Order: sequence, then C-alpha cells, then structure tokens
Amino acid sequence: MPTAFQRIYTKVEEITKATCTVHATDVGYEELATVNGQLAQVVKIMGEKVTLQVFAGTQGVPTDAEVVFLGKAPSLKVGDALAGRFFNAYGLPIDGGPEVEGREQEIGGPSVNPVRRKQPSELITTGIAGIDLNNTLVTGQKIPFFADPDQPFNQVIATVALRTAADRIVLGGIGLTNDDYLYFKSVFENAGALHRIVSFVNTTEDPTVERLLVPEMALTAAEYFAVEKKEKVLVLLTDMTLYADALSIVSNRMDQIPSKDSMPGSLYSDLAKLYEKAVQFEEGGSITIVAVTTLSGGDITHAIPDNTGYITEGQLFLRRDTDIGKVIVDPFRSLSRLKQLVIGKKTREDHPQVMNAAVRLYADAANAKTKLENGFELTDYDKRTLDFARGYSEKLLAIDVNIDTDKMLDTAWELFASHFSKAEVGIKQSLTDQYWPGQ
Amino acid sequence: MTATQQHTTGRVSGIISNLVLVQVDGPVGQNEIGFIQMGDTPLMAEVIKVMGDKAYIQVFESTRGLRPGMEVRFEGHMLEATFGPGILSRNYDGLMHDLNTMSGIFLQKGDYTSALDLDKAWAFEPLAKAGDEVAAGHWLGQVDENGIPHKIMVPFKLKGRYTVDSIVEKGDYKVQDTIAVLKDERGTEHKVSMLQKFPVKQAIKAYREKPRPYQLLETGVRTIDTLTPMVEGGTGFIPGPFGSGKTVLQQAISKQAEADIVIVAACGERANEVVDLFVEFPELEDPWTGRKLMERTTIIANTSNMPVAAREASVYTAMSIAEYYRAMGLKVLLLADSTSRWAQALREMSNRMEELPGPDAFPMDLPAIISNFYARAGIVHLNNGETGSITFIGTVSPAGGNLKEPVTESTKKVARCFYALSQSRADSKRYPAIDPIESYSKYLEYPELQRTLNEQIEERWTDKVNELRNILLRGKEAAEQINILGDDGVSIDTHLTFWRSEIVDEIILQQNAFDEVDARTPLDRQQYMVNKVLEVVDRPLSFDRYEEINPYFKRVINAMKQMNYSAFDSEDFKQNMQELEETLAEREVEEG
Repeated sequence: MPTAFQRIYTKVEEITKATCTVHATDVGYEELATVNGQLAQVVKIMGEKVTLQVFAGTQGVPTDAEVVFLGKAPSLKVGDALAGRFFNAYGLPIDGGPEVEGREQEIGGPSVNPVRRKQPSELITTGIAGIDLNNTLVTGQKIPFFADPDQPFNQVIATVALRTAADRIVLGGIGLTNDDYLYFKSVFENAGALHRIVSFVNTTEDPTVERLLVPEMALTAAEYFAVEKKEKVLVLLTDMTLYADALSIVSNRMDQIPSKDSMPGSLYSDLAKLYEKAVQFEEGGSITIVAVTTLSGGDITHAIPDNTGYITEGQLFLRRDTDIGKVIVDPFRSLSRLKQLVIGKKTREDHPQVMNAAVRLYADAANAKTKLENGFELTDYDKRTLDFARGYSEKLLAIDVNIDTDKMLDTAWELFASHFSKAEVGIKQSLTDQYWPGQ
Repeated sequence: MTATQQHTTGRVSGIISNLVLVQVDGPVGQNEIGFIQMGDTPLMAEVIKVMGDKAYIQVFESTRGLRPGMEVRFEGHMLEATFGPGILSRNYDGLMHDLNTMSGIFLQKGDYTSALDLDKAWAFEPLAKAGDEVAAGHWLGQVDENGIPHKIMVPFKLKGRYTVDSIVEKGDYKVQDTIAVLKDERGTEHKVSMLQKFPVKQAIKAYREKPRPYQLLETGVRTIDTLTPMVEGGTGFIPGPFGSGKTVLQQAISKQAEADIVIVAACGERANEVVDLFVEFPELEDPWTGRKLMERTTIIANTSNMPVAAREASVYTAMSIAEYYRAMGLKVLLLADSTSRWAQALREMSNRMEELPGPDAFPMDLPAIISNFYARAGIVHLNNGETGSITFIGTVSPAGGNLKEPVTESTKKVARCFYALSQSRADSKRYPAIDPIESYSKYLEYPELQRTLNEQIEERWTDKVNELRNILLRGKEAAEQINILGDDGVSIDTHLTFWRSEIVDEIILQQNAFDEVDARTPLDRQQYMVNKVLEVVDRPLSFDRYEEINPYFKRVINAMKQMNYSAFDSEDFKQNMQELEETLAEREVEEG
C-alpha cells in the first residue's frame, strides 16, 4: 500500500442510488474513499473513471461532492480490546465506549491454504438432542438454521452460543431489528458472558448496503482470535438472507444481469467466501460459523437457501411439533455433514446406530400419522411408532431439553425397549447386547 | 500462437472485479497467459476477449489494490499443465501449483510454486533406442512412480515424425535433464527431458483409435456395479440436491474403484471435504494393490473460496493430467465435484463481459463446452497397441434440486450414465440415494458390455439385473396402491410385491459407506448377494393376514442386512444366513 497522501476530487460525473463516478487517477481497486464524509468503496475502474459504491446511499450527494481516497481497503483494528464491545458495520463502537486500539487488519483477507487446514474433530455440545444426538456439530464447521421469519431462531442461536464451550463468540448482526439487537445484548449480559463476546451490528435502521461489511468484520475479528490467540471462536451470523438481499441491490445498481431469483450470478462465490472462513487450524484455534438464513414460506429451492445449502456443512430446521406443542430441531430435514467425524468416535460407540434407528422409527411414525389422517386403520406397529414418536419429541427433540449426549443415548434405548422388539429396532447385535435396557 | 522472441506487454486500463482491461502494444492471442506486475507480485491472468488494442483478461487472483497503469506481460502461450514424474500424491491448486510447497497458512497472491520437484532424481530406464522412428506420445523410457511404470514420452507438442538420435543410459536423472535427442525430418535436433508442457484446453490425441467402452469398471458400490454399471472409459454424472450424498458417493468411488490412477478435481466445493481426502488418502489402502490410496491419487483443489477464474482452469488441468497418464496405457479415473461450480464461474465472467445471456444467465455456449469436455474421456488404443482409459464422473449441483436447469440438461445429453440422487431417498436415509428407477447406464445396452458381463460374472447376469429392476418397479407400483387404498384395501400379494422390492432396496441398493465391511462389496460378493436376494424373492410364502407381513419381512431384511455387515463367509455371516433360512422356513408354502 503506498503512503496515503490524501487526494481530493470534487467533480462527480454520475450518480445512481448506490454509486457515484468521479474522474480520478492512481486509485486502487476496492480502495476506500469518502464522498462528502460518507464511506464509499471503489467497485469499478475504467480508465480514469472510477465508480464508488457509497455504503449509506447517495441521498444528498451533489455533483461537487468532496471525494477523498483513503489509500486502503476496508479494515478493522484488531486486538484483545474488541472483547465485550459492540460495533457498527465499519467497526466503530456503538456502545458509547472508546475506539479500540490495535493493529489495522484489512477485512476480506486471503483464504486458508486447504493443505494447512486440519480435519475438524472436536465436538461442540449444545445440550439440544436435535443437534448433539442427530446433527452433531464440530469445531471448524459452518451450518445455518433455515427458519421461517416467525420462528424463534435468534433465541435458539443465542442458547447455542451460551451453552457451547467456545472461548470467544462473535456476533454478526445483519439487518437485526433493534429489538433483537437489544435481546442479544441483554441475554449476553445476563449470562455474564459479555467478556467472551464481540458484536458487529447493522440494524434495520442503518443503510442496507452497509450490511455487506458486517460478516467480513465479524470474520476478521474471529480470525484474529483464532489465529493469533489460538482460541475456539464461534461466529453467529444472522440473518444471511438480508446479506444476500443487499448483494442483489448492489448488483442491480451496477446493471448486472440477474440470475435465478434476481440474485447476482456470483451469489455462490460471494457466500462461499464468507462461510469458508470456518476452519480448524493445526495450532488449535478454530472458527465455527452458525448462521441463520430465513426462508420465505419454507421454500428451500430459492437461490439464497439453495446456494447456502451447497456451501455449508449441513443445515438445521426448526419446527413446531404439534403433538407436544414445543419447538424441535426437525430430524428429517436437518443434517450435519461433519457429524461422521465425531459420532461413535468422540461420543459413545452406539451413537451412529441409535441415531439412525430413532430417526427411521420416527419416519415410520410420520407414515402412520399420514395413514391416520387419511382414515386408514392403523396396525399395532403403527400405533407403537406413534407412541414412540411422542416420547422421542418430548424427552429428546424438544429444544428446552438440556442433557449430555450419553444421557440422550440412554433415553433413546429406553424408548426403543418400551415400544419395540430388537428386530424392529434393527441395530447391530453387538450393540443391542450391550445397551438394550433390562437384560 | 507462434512463439515470439519479443513478449507483448500492456498496461492495465480498467478493473471490474477479476475482469481486467489491458491496453496492449502488440499481438495477443485468445486464451494467452499474461502476468500483471503488482509491485513485486505477479498476478496470473488469461486473455478471454480482444477488442482492437484492448485485451480483456480474467485474473486468477483477487484484484484488490490493482491500479490502472500497472504493467502486464504476455507469455506467448496458453494455460499449460506441467507433465513429468512426481505428479501422483501431490495436491495442486487449479493452475497446477503445488499447494504443499506454498508458504504460510493463508494463500498469498502470486505464490506460484512448481508442479514438480525439480531436484529429485528418478531412476530412468530407456525403452527406445537410437535410430527408432517416433512421434508424439511414443514411449522413450520409464521411471517408477509409486510403483506405477511412468512412461517418459515424446512431447505432445512435437508434430510429425522424428528419429531418436541419442538416448541416455539407464540411470538417475532429474526431470529437466535431457534424456534423449530427436531429429526431425529436416535434421533439426530437439532435446527432450522428462518434463513437458501442454495447453490444458487442448485434448491430447496421441492415440490410434477410441473404441466403444466394453469393460466394467468395478466400484464396489452395489447399486452402481449391479444395476447401473460404469465402464472403463465411460462417462457419468451424479446430479443431486444438497444433502443427497453426492460427495460421499463420489469419495466412495474414488477410494474403491478399480483404477491405476485417480484424479480428483475439487471444483468450487467445500474445503473441509478436500481436507478429508488429504487426511484419509495417505492412510487408506488401495483395495486393488494394497498400497496407500494417496500413491495413486492427485488432487486438484479449487475450493469455493479460492479464486473463481481458476475454477474453470481446474477441471481442464485435471483432464489434461488424466490424458497424460492415459497415454502411458493406464486406467485413469477422473472425478470432478462439482461441474456446476465450473459453469457458474463461466457465468460470472460472461456476465462481467456483458455478453447476451442464455438460459438462467449461463453463457450461450455452455452445452458445447460441457459436451467437448466429456468427449475427452474414453478408452483408447495407443499407437503401440496398448490400451489406456479415462473414466469420467462429474457431479452436478442443480439449483433448487431442479433437474431441468441448463447444467443438468446439457450434461444429460453427453454423459452415458445417469446417477440421479433422490431427495426422498436421502430424507429416509436410504443411502446411497441413487434412484434405481430414474437412473440408467446406457452401457448396459451395449452388446459388447453385456457379453463381457455374462462372461466375467455369470451366464445370464444381465437378465438377472433386469429382473431386479422389474422387482423394484413392481414394488413402486404396489407402494402407490397401498398408499391410495390403504393396507386393508389391497391383496396380500400386493403387500408381498412391495416387501420383495424392499428386500432388493435394503440389501442391494442401500449400502453403508461408513461401515468397514459394507462400504465396499467386491464383485463376487455382489453376485452372491444378488443370487441370494433373487432366491428369497422367488420363494412362495403364505400369509393369512397382511399384518403378519411387515414384521416378518423386517426379520428377513434384518438377517440379510447383518450378512452385509459381516465379513464374507465369516462365522457371523454363516450364522446370519442360518437365521435367514430359519425365518424363511416358517412361512414356506407346502409343495404339492
């Protein structure tokens, strides 16, 4: 980066809703600038015509606006002093505290060389059986909750965050409502966990395009703690759908041809660049990302959840179980791709088979339920699966259950034994011999 | 492009993301490689469009900090792969730079490492002698690369016929040492080393002919080998929504397939999946040779967070390496996960160049690009009479799981095996989730393959495969009837038809990729189980009430499943078999 002597231009040639164009020389791509004091970034250079994306929008920008190039890409001052603080999308404090002193780190930095990654192998427990038993999480994993806007996803990820044994939690709030922002703040404060937490928040009151900076700010802070402090960092990003919406606004303003669902053709790469920051380093530090992608009407074929699903290592669905009237993590549609690395290895040997058997029997119950709804007679087996399903929901899947993994497995065996024969459960004999209750 | 002494240079005049406009001072070729000098860092780029004295180049790196006026130097050649001994067990980026020799934890711009170890000495053994008439691809000698006879060939770039003027004695040489001198028809001398380069986007055609595939390529995956067989030199693709098990299936194939060389192109996919390969392959054994899997494998990794422009290059690099090893008379298996990401990379560039878009904003020539790429696979008879092959299997990640999207449709036209992963099978954890009805192997219709299968496995094998397929089809119909009419609304026979297809599904189709024994089923064991399943399905059974059928078949399936989990012919296996026989006897129809 050359020394930043300030170059000031005052002739703005074009202004659109999100961008303005000036004649300028010796400008670097992705360099920051201010336009009448508002932060902006270089997004296109054509000869001497430089197009700037103004984060806060271009309302009120005149053609004689003062454009100052700052000679650097967007950056965050990183240091231990980040802990316990709340920042905006530019990394400036919003909690009334002083500015953080530290090393200036460009956001959106380079990717980890894949051969320098370590295979994730450390279990993350949450006490939620829908996660720990059926969809076990591992450090270095990236996984979103696919949730409808009316589901309590922010409460759930706050619970996940506080129950896990992460050294550091980084919250990236993207278009949070002010109420949710205050909710996170009070939950973290009440849990006495504030010192472990760094938050970057863009609320619905802030300009939309600013949101694009939030995940990268959060991940830059996470990289500092994971690489330099070798900490286990958990990053929460909510709501990534609003991030993608902001991308589509910018690409639209840049006259790019939209692809599926009006999203930019680069959506996959744009999302992957963020999610792939999840990593297990050889030296012990790790970044785990738990995100939220809100759906519209449960449609996962929409470009945002669809591209997300191809990038992340699984996805978690919330569902209200009408039998027990509680929210559960849906055992059918949820998936943790990295669970194979730990279940039965870091957890008890019977974990994989118990998990599969329970889900299969739960599926049989779902079929029985369909039969019942269609007015068909139920067999004895059908009735037993329904009884099993209710117990499974109540004692294991409900999100308010908080037990350790061994207890979950024991509970599952008890449910098996009270409703089924060994052959119906169909677990490998050596395991049944050992764990079947009351023999 | 002729090799000019004078390099064309230019200066950056425009930047939009990784598309850069360059004002050039001389001739440039389409797809020519250039380097932008950014301070001390060279950034590699490829020409993708020329308009007058302006070249549009796609940069294989992040362009952050790039400025107008920076110098660009063009190299006079296209993107090339580097060939020579030492490619196996290496991990490359999409442009064939060695990832392991790069410095630091993070990928740094311009850290372009050598594809081969230039200092290592290889024990070279000549195969040709002075005076031999040779042409491109002719075997001059060989070295031992991880137990594989790696042929040193006349460079593919050399056109026409040559005479071997001299060749070195048996001994240790480095890849850049001259090992032979060739004379062309005009008497000009050409020095040949063990290292050669060739453009990745051009097919290597140093072979005599490309016949129709005729031999099974065993993968150990029952539903593939038995129902929808892949062949040596065949092409196939695996489309499936996320979470349907594409990657697990492809990894199973890469571990178990009967191939000399496996090349995996991880194209725009998750980094942790590539790490799985890095971790497991050096540990796992190749079931065919007993050596470590990594010794026969090369991984090309362009994960989703690595530069987009290199994603397109990565699949071509992988194919080029496959062609190099095929020319040695080896069986190469090439896997690309996922070709959709490659198509998306094309779309991003096409979009930035403001080209008129085709369906779903993909470039208009997408079908042609895909079909040319698949066409590079195949079994070939080399000029010396030996046979080599590239079997290519690509995954496709259809947007929204909808198979009517451009990448899936274009691929379906060219790939001969179709392994459709079904969401509903995946949801009910019936893995591998290959839909047995939708999926097909066109090769099964080839008389030459039918002949080899019936000779290799047993007589009338293909009839048995068809029988399995019919059982599944009938079972599907029965399931629909039961759903509509209810359990008590259909006959006992309908229930039996359904449950018989469940046996085929549970015992042949479903396979646990994470179970040590079940993960790979050798062909003889597949044959045994297919016969067993057909025998069980053929047995007449008698039931009075439909309620008895479900629990009974669950026991049958359980016993047979335990067989799948036990070592072939072990004590456990025999015991489960006996249990099966006893269960079957309970319901046997009395003859007469």
